[in-house]
Amino acid sequence: MPTKLLIGLDGEGSGERALHHAKRLAKLIGDCEIVVAYVIEWSPFTFQTAEENAKRHQRREEELNLAHSRVVDPAVTQLVDEGYTASGVVRHGDVAETLNKIAVEAGAEQIVVGRSSEGGFTQRLFGSSTGNLVMHASMPVTVVG
Amino acid sequence: MRHQTTLWSGAALAAVCANPAFAQEAVSLDEKVNQTFAAFTGPFVSLIFAPFPGTSFPWIVMWLVVAATVFTLYFGFVQFRFFKHAIQLVKGDYSDPHDAGEVSHFQALATALSGTVGLGNIAGVAVAVGIGGPGATFWMILAGLLGMASKFTECTLGVKYRNEYPDGTVSGGPMYYISKGFGELGLPGGKFLAVLFSVFCILGALGGGNMFQANQAHAQITGIVGEYPGWITGIIFAGVVFAVIVGGIKSIANVTEKVVPFMGLLYVGAALIILLINYDKIGWAFGQIFAGAFTGLGVAGGMVGALIQGFKRAAFSNEAGVGSAAIAHSAVRTKEPITEGFVSLLEPLIDTVVICTMTALVITISQQMVIDPATGNYVLNEAGTGIATVNDTSGVALTSAAFAAGLSWFPYVLAVAVILFAFSTMISWSYYGLKAWTYLFGEGQTSELVFKVIFCVFIVIGAAASLGPVIDFSDAAIFSMAVVNIFALYFLMKLVKAELHSYASRLQSGEIRKFSD
Repeated sequence: MPTKLLIGLDGEGSGERALHHAKRLAKLIGDCEIVVAYVIEWSPFTFQTAEENAKRHQRREEELNLAHSRVVDPAVTQLVDEGYTASGVVRHGDVAETLNKIAVEAGAEQIVVGRSSEGGFTQRLFGSSTGNLVMHASMPVTVVG
Repeated sequence: MRHQTTLWSGAALAAVCANPAFAQEAVSLDEKVNQTFAAFTGPFVSLIFAPFPGTSFPWIVMWLVVAATVFTLYFGFVQFRFFKHAIQLVKGDYSDPHDAGEVSHFQALATALSGTVGLGNIAGVAVAVGIGGPGATFWMILAGLLGMASKFTECTLGVKYRNEYPDGTVSGGPMYYISKGFGELGLPGGKFLAVLFSVFCILGALGGGNMFQANQAHAQITGIVGEYPGWITGIIFAGVVFAVIVGGIKSIANVTEKVVPFMGLLYVGAALIILLINYDKIGWAFGQIFAGAFTGLGVAGGMVGALIQGFKRAAFSNEAGVGSAAIAHSAVRTKEPITEGFVSLLEPLIDTVVICTMTALVITISQQMVIDPATGNYVLNEAGTGIATVNDTSGVALTSAAFAAGLSWFPYVLAVAVILFAFSTMISWSYYGLKAWTYLFGEGQTSELVFKVIFCVFIVIGAAASLGPVIDFSDAAIFSMAVVNIFALYFLMKLVKAELHSYASRLQSGEIRKFSD
């Protein structure tokens, strides 16, 4: 049974750094599987127009396809090409909560995420997804700077 | 935003005042629109509001209330039995986490609510209380509670018989469930009824979903900046709506959809503050509501007058039995259509039983309506059509005056709220109308554009015409939808009952479980 690592990508530079670190960890561990995850920020408690609702299912499919083709699949392909065992997941939801949920479901030993580079006003006020994940995760979290 | 609107309107007013000839022409244009409109819509209005022979009781009001009562009894008071379950569904307790990213129960409810919460709750209630007295509130609440069962029936069917297209988009509503449901039961005439409903839905979208909104938004603006011709407001509104529904400028609609719920909360909050300040009068106000409900307290038509007004305005406000909500609710993602029926029954509760009652209480407590100290009855206005008010106000202006009696600055907030509510209701109804239009004429860019342009033209007519003919036509158009929809629901309700039995037994056996455990 391989040790599982969950990598949270954000489609930006910090995700790349997390991926890089995960590869090092995987090498050290040996028998290791990397689960690459991307969460599309979404809440069931937002307000939308009737037209948006009617097209929501279609949009959701588009969002999932885009996240797979732009972020997750290239990362998984790269990992597999380099000889790692890897799989990809894309979900909608609250980023911190959903990453933790995916990690629990996959039976991961640890979550590796990048530290988001931009720190705007809202992040200071409400906290970042990384901060929330560190505070609420049910397993060890490595934040790559 | 408000500041700019005020400035613009002020400038327009100054221009009008500086040029008397222009003012004259403008006023006569408004009058011309008004006369032509009243002449065209008169026969339709008379037919819908025809009283039972020998009485003054409109048959359509009875039609709505009887239906709501029949559905309440037929489904064994579903609005009370499944109330707690409805809340759990909205919270997402029964939502499959794998469906994250799809339309949630909360979102479907919020969208439907933003179409119904609006001027009906602010201006409509003032019309009801202004004509029928505080007693109208009692009948309004009763109609709201019964209407929950009508909403449950139509929204369950809306989801069950919606169209799901290969590209993933959905279309639902009475036109779909009537034609498919009748087909399933082997009944004739489904297609005919669906077409008839669509025609009335287009009229309803142009009336209550459009002209009434434009009209009352204009009334609210003139209440603050002074009189100026209605077509000016109409053209501005039409321009913005055009930009959204034709120009595809989503940002305006998106901002509105996010601001409107907060305006709703602000409105209820302000009403609560006024009630708290006047807590010693709340008992008296409820006394007036109960006494007025059964005696009329001197209003035109007495108890029956209060009852007609209460029922009419409740139906206009929460649209239970009208079928419009079934269009909005049908986009939800669920494997069990009936769950959306449970969620939708919260709509009349929030809209009518909570928000409308707040407005009615504030108006009653503010004592804007003149009471004869000798008899304790309300004094009728000169024309004898309604209750005399302190500053001769009616509709949204009466609500505004009532709130101002408690919070002097509130009319400004109310003006912004009214404009936003009017706008969001127009956007919702433009969609409902469009769905009916495309059902009749097929989907396609040209066909859709024709409807959208007609919709914008009616905004200008609505703002220019006076309240009387607009409100009559709006009511008649919306209620005509209910004539077809409810007629069909009587045949289709057994399909809902089968769903209810199946779901209730699976819920009890534990087959349907919470996901959040």
